[in-house]
Amino acid sequence: MLAAIDWHVVWVRVAHPDHVFFHAMYTTVYIAVIAQVMGVVLGLLAAMMRTSKIAPLRLLSGIYVFIFRGTPVLVQIFFIYYGANQLLGFTLIPNTLDLGFFSLDGAVVAGILALGINEGAYMREIIRAGIDSIDKGQMEAAKSLGMRYGLAMRRIVLPQAARVIVPPLGNEFNNMLKTTSLVFTIGVYEMFADAEIHYSQTFQPVEYFMAVAFWYLVLTGVWGFIQAGIERRLGASERGDDLSFRERLVQSWMPVGAFVKR
Amino acid sequence: MTDVVMRAEDVHKRFGRLEVLKGVSIDVPKGETVCIIGPSGSGKTTFIRCINHLEKIDGGRITVNGHLIGYRERNGKLVEDSERSVAKQRTQIGMVFQRFNLFPHKTALENVTEAPVRVLGVPEKQAAEDGVRMLSRVGLAEKCDAYPGKLSGGQQQRVAIARALAMKPALILFDEPTSALDPEVTGEVLSVMEELAHDGMTMIVVTHEMGFAREAADRVVMMDEGRIIEEGTPQHFFDAPEQERTKQFLSKIL
Repeated sequence: MLAAIDWHVVWVRVAHPDHVFFHAMYTTVYIAVIAQVMGVVLGLLAAMMRTSKIAPLRLLSGIYVFIFRGTPVLVQIFFIYYGANQLLGFTLIPNTLDLGFFSLDGAVVAGILALGINEGAYMREIIRAGIDSIDKGQMEAAKSLGMRYGLAMRRIVLPQAARVIVPPLGNEFNNMLKTTSLVFTIGVYEMFADAEIHYSQTFQPVEYFMAVAFWYLVLTGVWGFIQAGIERRLGASERGDDLSFRERLVQSWMPVGAFVKR
Repeated sequence: MTDVVMRAEDVHKRFGRLEVLKGVSIDVPKGETVCIIGPSGSGKTTFIRCINHLEKIDGGRITVNGHLIGYRERNGKLVEDSERSVAKQRTQIGMVFQRFNLFPHKTALENVTEAPVRVLGVPEKQAAEDGVRMLSRVGLAEKCDAYPGKLSGGQQQRVAIARALAMKPALILFDEPTSALDPEVTGEVLSVMEELAHDGMTMIVVTHEMGFAREAADRVVMMDEGRIIEEGTPQHFFDAPEQERTKQFLSKIL
């Protein structure tokens, strides 16, 4: 006989989350943010290496994507947490990482590294597609004005590619917020770990997992608003639109661009 | 005629098996406007793209203001030059493209000031003043804050000319600057170019606009199949072209 669902528990978890839960949520968010930033940086590097004149760099970029897109992220998380130090012969993953203002548990470091490196492989493809979408004439014009490759990329190509890169990047971050739940497996106390531990103490799966699902929706929902605002800002100068303040306000708060009549 | 701005000597260029330039030699003295004409596939666009090293040459040599382009001489042999010095040489050579290639995420003025500020290190305020002057010179003073997407083709191409001018180049290359334009706006671009020519700018113009050649060119060069087959004053070309190939070509476009 299954126990009846205790809606009061759901209500408490949703409406009156405790201290411990907020800390777990905070952990989820900063793991996601740091890993995503790392993914973008690695993806950008790998995208540059892919078109490099130096053959070994191109090869390295290819191998990177092949391995990290071709194996489960859970395997990567375990491999880095348990295996990285042994493989490298030095302590990549410390027991705790003390940054002064901020100290990280070794498992968190491993989790961020694994998620970030994994993300980089996907970001490389997204950034590459963005760069490829920009007309070759832009780079030529920049070069004809005496700009070097790096400057032309930074000032001319990437700002334009950003319009193409940002929407899928936003989706990647949405994914990242949810994928962080995997690092509970190496003992990181994030949102899902919090739910899992309550469940294992009470055997009330519906209550705790429903409540944590709600909080994931809050995170991804808030991100959806932010993403829409960013995309709108990037689009405005390109279209040369002269929107009124009210129009901008309305548009930046629409969760999905598709709802907005242009 | 001692002041040669651009000198090409026996320039060869191939794309894979296809030899596009089969030994092109020409001197362009300071202040001269040279129009390069010829059928498509004759190598004229490739040739001017070699002058600022957007295309790498396979043989011969090109110098601008006496400096070898894209290569440096070491023990009598030519070795490829570093990206840094190629970039530096390009600051001397403006280019105006068939498809404008304005930076769409920047306003007209920002398009003009970007390279002076970022490449030459001109202070932003001064660059902006210069930029407004350049845009006025091409008749677009009131379009400083417009994004390229809001400008007509003719206006965009004039911004592109201002952008090239802002670098104060020794030479400007024009790659079919009016070919992508509606016929009714080619005139505004050509008259800006004519003014430049009369002001003594050194210009190499790939074009089919024989009217412009007649008005502004000091010399016309006919290319065919990767070679210069005839050159002379515009008068020469209109009155008495020598080569059979030139006569054929001109009869088609005039």
